[in-house]
Amino acid sequence: MDLFVNAIVAGILLGAFYAAVSVGLSISFGQLDIVNIAHPAFVIVGSYIAWILNSRYGLDPVLVGVLAAPIFFIVGALIYRIYYAAFERTGQESLSGLAFFFGVMFIIEVVLILVYGVDYRLVSAGYLSKNVDLGFVGLPLRLVVPFLVASAMTGAVWLYLSRTFTGRAILAVAQDRLALQLMGADPVRIKQFAFGLAIATTAIAGALLIMIGPVEPSLGRVYIGRAFAIVVLGGMGSIPGMVIAALLIGVLESLVSSFAGPSWAPAVAFGALLITLAVRPSGLFGRA
Amino acid sequence: MLKTRADKIFWAVLAAVFLGGLALTELVANEYYYTAIYAILQATIMAVAWNILGGFTGYVNFGSAAFFAIGAYTAVALDKWLGLPLPFLIAASAAVCGLMGLGVGYLTLRLKGVYFAIATLAMAIVLETFVTNWEYVGAARGVYILTPEKVPFFRSYIQLLFVVMLALTLGSIAISRALNSSRIGRGLAAIRDDEVAAECAGVPTLRLKLISTTVMGAMMGVAGAPYPFFVTFVDPLSAFNLFVAVNAIAMPMIGGTAHWIGPVIGALVIGGAQEAITVTISSELNVLVVGLMLVLFITLAPQGIVGLVQKWMKRRKR
Amino acid sequence: MSAPILKVSGVSKRFGGFTALDGIDLELGANERLGLIGPNGSGKTTLINCISGALINDTGSIVFEGEDITRLPPHQRAARGVARSFQIPKPFRSMTVLENLRVPLEYAARGRTGRGKINSDAMEVLELIGLNNRANESSAGLTQVDMRKLELARALAAKPKLLVSDEAMAGLSSAEVDEILEILLALNARGVAVIMIEHIMRAVMGFAQRLVVLDAGRKIADGTPEDIIRNPDVERAYLGE
Repeated sequence: MDLFVNAIVAGILLGAFYAAVSVGLSISFGQLDIVNIAHPAFVIVGSYIAWILNSRYGLDPVLVGVLAAPIFFIVGALIYRIYYAAFERTGQESLSGLAFFFGVMFIIEVVLILVYGVDYRLVSAGYLSKNVDLGFVGLPLRLVVPFLVASAMTGAVWLYLSRTFTGRAILAVAQDRLALQLMGADPVRIKQFAFGLAIATTAIAGALLIMIGPVEPSLGRVYIGRAFAIVVLGGMGSIPGMVIAALLIGVLESLVSSFAGPSWAPAVAFGALLITLAVRPSGLFGRA
Repeated sequence: MLKTRADKIFWAVLAAVFLGGLALTELVANEYYYTAIYAILQATIMAVAWNILGGFTGYVNFGSAAFFAIGAYTAVALDKWLGLPLPFLIAASAAVCGLMGLGVGYLTLRLKGVYFAIATLAMAIVLETFVTNWEYVGAARGVYILTPEKVPFFRSYIQLLFVVMLALTLGSIAISRALNSSRIGRGLAAIRDDEVAAECAGVPTLRLKLISTTVMGAMMGVAGAPYPFFVTFVDPLSAFNLFVAVNAIAMPMIGGTAHWIGPVIGALVIGGAQEAITVTISSELNVLVVGLMLVLFITLAPQGIVGLVQKWMKRRKR
Repeated sequence: MSAPILKVSGVSKRFGGFTALDGIDLELGANERLGLIGPNGSGKTTLINCISGALINDTGSIVFEGEDITRLPPHQRAARGVARSFQIPKPFRSMTVLENLRVPLEYAARGRTGRGKINSDAMEVLELIGLNNRANESSAGLTQVDMRKLELARALAAKPKLLVSDEAMAGLSSAEVDEILEILLALNARGVAVIMIEHIMRAVMGFAQRLVVLDAGRKIADGTPEDIIRNPDVERAYLGE
């Protein structure tokens, strides 16, 4: 029973972190229709930046993530520029755009391997080894802190999208071009901003990833399936739906990992994704 | 089969290459060459197969490595279980992977194209997880394959595999070429250009897409089946190697996807360069070069090498 | 009217909470020229999507030449003789103009095309349309009006008994509109029934023998062009109260 409760609680903490990994993809894939399969690779870059600054200067990984986010934003905006000029403008995005991001993902992974090798890296901070005791269950801070930061970031993005003018314009890009024109917004600039925002979230998500456990360059691949499963399950671009899907996947993986063995856990997200695509492609909470 | 002059030239070249391969086994004993050429041939089949769906039909498959690996593991399992000879193993792998292509296609091809791409990626990881936990074929530890010391007609087993692979490669190229210029090929091209308009022109789009995924899967299975006997040891990590998937995409994209010769050129150029770089520099750098070339070609020369040559020839005509 | 080639009965289509079509009845005689008009969002395109099979209607039935085709996918309807052209041209961009026509000739019209006659049949259609001197050009490089012609040519290459033309003339000059009208009339003279959706009133009035008016998913009028002009409901739908 203890094992079960532990697995559920760990799953929820993990799920909130998965939401932080997926929130950017929910914007780029769910809203902008840009199939950025390199998204998790950017998360790994975020982890490596956190590791470098943490191991050299002892900076707190969360702080590093927040500081790196603006730079990631600019990189994201630049990538969208290239993507727009090369594919979207000419209507080639479905085939070439996909292969483009596949190539980008690959380049990121190999450059990390070439520069830093295939060793596992981790960060250190005083609080990471401590536990909080809730009486019925003990929680390691290396899961609790990412849970809190992830929840804060996901919440902030959601508030931003639903409450501000630019945020609503991003939602309008996907759903209602006419409304966007009436708002007087340039769709390309809105998408550029939104894609920048999506990449910026990976800086923080990456820092959280390396707090939870050690990171190596190819770890991103497992997250491709997780993140896409979560976004599709959540109904393509709905942030609350995405959060529920992330928690669901987190708990399921945690249970499978505890009761069937950790080597089965990666199949959970992908299995869920395949079943969703086959049975209910609009996602659990999507508009039919 | 030999209707036009182009047909005659094509089959003559194919026959010449095959005879050249046979002659090579008489002349050269150094196994390194066969190993290198085998790798290029394997990559060629994968590229040609990927292009049938990716290039002709316009659907991206990220899970090439899964088809390849299941082809390899089907051969391993049947070899261990029944000890079937190689041709049967190849046929069985083709059947299993063809069915796999049909299945994934049936589940996702009624949706938008990107879902198929993501589903193939998902499928690769799910299957890798299963194979990693499949004790019969060694699970995560991998499995050693015994190959015969002596074979009839050839000096070594590697030479035999090389000739088998050469025949399979030429066969794949012939199938791809026949498909490209057939009525089905035109239907696939219509789907790639505009699926709605294709359907309204009477093209049974779902059926053609399923044919396309099935042929692709079967061909990739064929490429994977001899692999365990070539390397004599397979584990999930090497069989589900992402590099296989990247090559399968990069080679047609760099060679040119619209024409059947594109993936062949891409595979020869990239595969040849890779063999050279792997020997002279390092295999990681080699992967980086492929990634960079892929991205550069997609953004700057989306028609690939074939497109560049066509453009150049047009300009010369003027 | 002779035996109807197309019979649409009680067809409705909803998207979420929005009713795009509400119990449409429509009959079309063989070789008839029908104009389908109505304000934007009145359901014209939804209706022809249901007829061509791009959408499946929620209720009602569509009968073509006595056969219920309500559940058939578009390619099977095309094979039976229902062809459509798209408002925004959708050429097969990687192909030449001639190859564009080979696709419907090899698929939709397969049973009705003699072996080895594909190229000559394609050229015949191109001559009728006036694109024969562009046969071997890339379809992606055509001008706007040639693109529209190709769209019609490809529909014709399916050897249809019913052609649904969705705003084939929007954005064209007056002379170009006349050109397209002439093509459609020539086609009709060969025995093909035509449903024309058009905003250019001059074209529709000159072409159609009968007009059907849709408004907010309902059929509000059905009659000769002269009757329709005098119909107060139609005036209200177009001009508001």
